[in-house]
Amino acid sequence: MVPAESEHTGDGAVETQEQQQGGGSPVATDGEHLVDLYKKMVLIRTFEEATQRGFRQGKIGGYLHVYIGQEAVATGFLDAYKDGDKVITAYRDHPHVLLLGSDPKAVMAELYGKGTGLVKGKGGSMHLFDVENGFMGGYGIVGGHIPLGVGFAYAQRYEETDNITQLYLGDGSISNGAFHEAVNLSGLWGKDGMNPCLFIIENNQYGMGTSVERTTAMTDLAAKFNAYGVENEKVDGMDVEAVLEVAHRAADRVRETGKPYAVEALTYRTAPHGAADFFEKYRTKDEIKQWRERDPIGQLEHRLIERDVIDEDGIEEIKNEMKETMKEVVRFAEESEEPPLEELYTDVYTGGGVYTGEEG
Amino acid sequence: MPEMTYREALRAGMAEEMERDEKVLLMGEDIGVYGGTHLITDGFLDRFGKKRVIDTPIAEGGFTGAAIGMAMMGLKPVVEMMTWNFSFLAADQIIQNAAKVRYFSGGQVEVPLVIRGPNGGGVQLSAQHTHSLENMYGHFPGLKVVSPVTPNDAKGMMLTAIRDPNPVIFLEAGALYGTKGEVPEGDNAVEFGKARVAREGTDVTLISYGRQVNLCLRVAEKLEEEDDVSAEVIDLRSLRPFDSETIVESVKKTHRAVAVQEQWRWFGVASEVASIIQEQAFDYLDAPVVRVSGAEVPAPYARNLELAAFPSEDAVAKAARQVLYQEVSA
Repeated sequence: MVPAESEHTGDGAVETQEQQQGGGSPVATDGEHLVDLYKKMVLIRTFEEATQRGFRQGKIGGYLHVYIGQEAVATGFLDAYKDGDKVITAYRDHPHVLLLGSDPKAVMAELYGKGTGLVKGKGGSMHLFDVENGFMGGYGIVGGHIPLGVGFAYAQRYEETDNITQLYLGDGSISNGAFHEAVNLSGLWGKDGMNPCLFIIENNQYGMGTSVERTTAMTDLAAKFNAYGVENEKVDGMDVEAVLEVAHRAADRVRETGKPYAVEALTYRTAPHGAADFFEKYRTKDEIKQWRERDPIGQLEHRLIERDVIDEDGIEEIKNEMKETMKEVVRFAEESEEPPLEELYTDVYTGGGVYTGEEG
Repeated sequence: MPEMTYREALRAGMAEEMERDEKVLLMGEDIGVYGGTHLITDGFLDRFGKKRVIDTPIAEGGFTGAAIGMAMMGLKPVVEMMTWNFSFLAADQIIQNAAKVRYFSGGQVEVPLVIRGPNGGGVQLSAQHTHSLENMYGHFPGLKVVSPVTPNDAKGMMLTAIRDPNPVIFLEAGALYGTKGEVPEGDNAVEFGKARVAREGTDVTLISYGRQVNLCLRVAEKLEEEDDVSAEVIDLRSLRPFDSETIVESVKKTHRAVAVQEQWRWFGVASEVASIIQEQAFDYLDAPVVRVSGAEVPAPYARNLELAAFPSEDAVAKAARQVLYQEVSA
């Protein structure tokens, strides 16, 4: 799989333009807003690079899945987040929680297995949570979180709110039964306006090391939603401005109708699948190079300079600032204490009584 | 005291909680228009509306997962598993999400969810529709597992299950939906983690749960009549949390115990019971604890084979006589 030549890919681009002309909800992508998005993407990239170093040094255990190359997707979509909305994703979950406002120190401390971590050292990289900020979790079983998000959306309408759920899923989950069962329910409940769920497929072309072509004969992942009566489109997930436009339009529509909608963001993980995925036998250096040329941060940087929104010194300043911030973040994680052993038996059950692990 | 069937008791428990708490809703296959395969929810759709009584497609993983999501948002879904046999399709959701999400979120969410349905066999449904899954679900920290056998407990434990902020696996004695028993009017909530002494006795303790409790009661009568033996029968009714104390106290009194389960012997609840007794009442035992279990085969169809695959009065009586040293083991 190589990157598409046009900025927008597939039929989605056409629909996007038509809908923009039709009124939609144009997004004011003024310079300041774009610089803000740029900073967020640099935060994610810098954070992820720091986690890779931590993993190589043996300070981060378990699995580590980074978002390098995909930053424009979550950054663009979460720009449409409103208070009370819910967000759920699989295990490549660092960017979502950072974008929703979690303290990077607490996120890094979680990866370092510390008591100051976002979930007290109980979940690690794959299970970040920040319920107060709308983040309902990272989940480790491919496809397994999708039904939960559909349930969130039902509850949002059951309680008569106008909130929505942003449900992120990878291309790897599309062949899983949980995906099909959940999207079917979402379409069905949406008929009654009971499922304000925005599905965001982060199609980074590979489920671990297996390309989309090697997992399904019908590779148009957005179109899979047609089977369940869920309208959908595609977007160039390397272009944050394109993502931003679709994100706001789709989120508004879902919020208004209570019906689900799906967007397939075509993107690419330029980093390995997991930090332990050294050899990458499944893709060529040339392919990675071609996608790198369309790096979402590089693209935006180029545009910001071209449009005189910021100059190269300004870019350099942002990057340096983020590096300094990240040093603090890592220092905090390193210096934090491990969780107290008493935490072993907490949070298993709730609602009275002390649980000691002795059932009888 | 008014009598009601096990089915009516379950219905009463759910309906009362739905009246009391708007956050309670029901989901499952054919529970609405059809009224439920076992007619547990007959009339609920008209009474509570489709927003609260949701007919689902036949997709256990999907709707169970959605229910977990609803619970994480503060709703209190009661999911009907048409039979627990279908829960294997939802096992990933139940085990990987419902049981663990509170823990791996560092306590940021609760899952106030009930999954209920008939468990066990006895009505010639053969291999794929006959399982007793208490040990499977009881294995996972984060779940609560209960198995009421009387109409009183069916209603009282349903009230407790719906009010519990944790995921509860509610295993009904499907073969007993039509059986009657006394149920007091009003709130009869039954605390989890407390076993019930179904029959008092002094010579041997028969420990069971679910429909096998009734079998043990029949055997106790038989032992009384034929052997002049006084058997105590304990209904565990809550498997996680578990009431060791009641068992241990009983064994200290009787010095002999038989654990009876419909499920397969290997890695089953009865093994746990035997282990607890030897750990906590070893010095009081006058004989090794004996387990009576289902035959180690997939459940057969033919009536005679099916009967042979489940614990029988004869098998339990024999086990009791064995621990009483009235009969030598084979």
